Amino acid sequence: MTFVQNLTFFVLAAFVGYEIITKIPTNLHTPLMSGANAISGITLIGSVVVAGSAGMASQSSTIATALGFVAVVMATVNVVGGYLVTNSMLDQFRSDDGRGGD
Amino acid sequence: MVAVLGGLPDSVLAFIYLVAGVMFIQGLRDMTHPRTAPRGNLISAGGMALAVGITVLVTEILSPVLLFAGLLVGAAVGGWLAVTVETTEMPQLVGLFNGFGGGASALVAGAELIGMFDAGSFQLGVTATAALAGLIGSVTFWGSLVAAGKLHGVVDDSAVRYDGEQAVKALFLVLAVLAGLHLVVRPTLIGSVPLAAWVPSYWLLVAAASILGVLLVIPIGGADMPVVIALLNSYSGLAAATTGFVLDNSVLIIAGTLVGASGLILTVIMCESMNRSLANVFFGGIGEESESDDEMEDIYEGNITTTSPEEVEMTLDVADRVVIVPGYGMAVAQAQHAVAELAELLDEAGVDVEFGIHPVAGRMPGHMNVLLAEADVPYEKLRDLEEINPTFSQTDVVIVIGANDVVNPSANEAGSGPLAGMPILDVGEARTVIVNKRSLSPGFSGVPNPLFARDNTNMLFGDGKETMQELVNVYKENH
Repeated sequence: MTFVQNLTFFVLAAFVGYEIITKIPTNLHTPLMSGANAISGITLIGSVVVAGSAGMASQSSTIATALGFVAVVMATVNVVGGYLVTNSMLDQFRSDDGRGGD
Repeated sequence: MVAVLGGLPDSVLAFIYLVAGVMFIQGLRDMTHPRTAPRGNLISAGGMALAVGITVLVTEILSPVLLFAGLLVGAAVGGWLAVTVETTEMPQLVGLFNGFGGGASALVAGAELIGMFDAGSFQLGVTATAALAGLIGSVTFWGSLVAAGKLHGVVDDSAVRYDGEQAVKALFLVLAVLAGLHLVVRPTLIGSVPLAAWVPSYWLLVAAASILGVLLVIPIGGADMPVVIALLNSYSGLAAATTGFVLDNSVLIIAGTLVGASGLILTVIMCESMNRSLANVFFGGIGEESESDDEMEDIYEGNITTTSPEEVEMTLDVADRVVIVPGYGMAVAQAQHAVAELAELLDEAGVDVEFGIHPVAGRMPGHMNVLLAEADVPYEKLRDLEEINPTFSQTDVVIVIGANDVVNPSANEAGSGPLAGMPILDVGEARTVIVNKRSLSPGFSGVPNPLFARDNTNMLFGDGKETMQELVNVYKENH
């Protein structure tokens, strides 16, 4: 893919993001931030590619593998922790619905 | 380990990434309502699992043990942090996770550059976006660590200002940009000497950007943290998006950009809620000692009325409508459960109870909403600034707990003070205002609050949790 194609994704995603996120009520700003935070852990894909594809053949690729390993750990913390925290936050909001009757 | 799905055509992989991208978008769309939000989070997580899963399957993994060890360790640490966190520690945890995403992006870009060095080919678009990813990712990582440290109380959370501050920051920014330019223009050489295989100019950039990240957040005081956390959130997305350019990966670009947009919008909302520009938050001097004690005495002397839980209970007894205004002090005192119980008691007694929540109350966007939701306050009772302000004139009692600057009427007066022009909750319009605070000390802005001296304001001094619990007990005895 070319740089310009990638730029196209970038610009269109920015507009989609703007349209959706301006509609989110202030009540949900923390879960939004936390959920978006988890999405930014998508960099895990990049981490997997560089951690997995570099072998131990040369000194420099050993460095790349080590960097990839650290990146995998950090991105996974971001993804798993981010989604779990968002979920427990939203559970608290959801419990309010069930409480309606009492 | 040979790639399990190594024969998968690139177009199929791109299609699966597209599906994941759509799931992220739908996940965010569902966040527009509390009822659909949990589903949205699951859809988003599903998109992530799909994207990561397919990537693991198609990549030819030369060191599978290492990769899976990394995934396991990360999942264990992230899961443990998420499960054991207290609601009051949520802001720093969100900040910390943010930083990890940004840091990972910077490392991935660096590792990819090393891989390209081995292959002997650098492309202009790749080195330029790698430099950006390194810059944004490193600033995000270190900035987030400092922010989380301030929120957790392990780093001084006051506004740390020093002489020549802006010049020092500019120096490290210039250093990072120069290293980035070198990476773009001469990726393999320093002068005419071949560069080492680990691409030192990139790591020089990372080092300069790391110091810059620390320096940017250190001077920012606690009450400005909602802006900082939202902006770093945006950066972690942008770091992922730029890493997507480096790796030529569509789903990284789409997902990263969505997060970048989301964080940026929250940042703008937070800044508007304080009537300050982003530049002012980062480089301005709020939080310095701007008022003398004499001036505070002038305003407060002889004009402060104090009250007791018993008196407040009597006032509440004849009220038809009560609005509770929480601030960061409620979070510090962990008073949200007592406050929620009081609101429930009033509600059962037929009083119309609502919460008025300022957008920058607390330490992250929506902080008060999460605390009150945890204490089982129905979200229908939580009103934002625009909704609640017109109702204060028909409100009998306002209870302000642990809030100060967001209810300071001097923000409405002309002038150039730190609060000038900031939209506030006009609680003074109500018939009676009860302010629960530990003392008359000013809020983060350092500006004394004339609200406390008004005739219709009664000060209920004491720790938030204890005082509210006492009020709840007195209320129960009499009903």
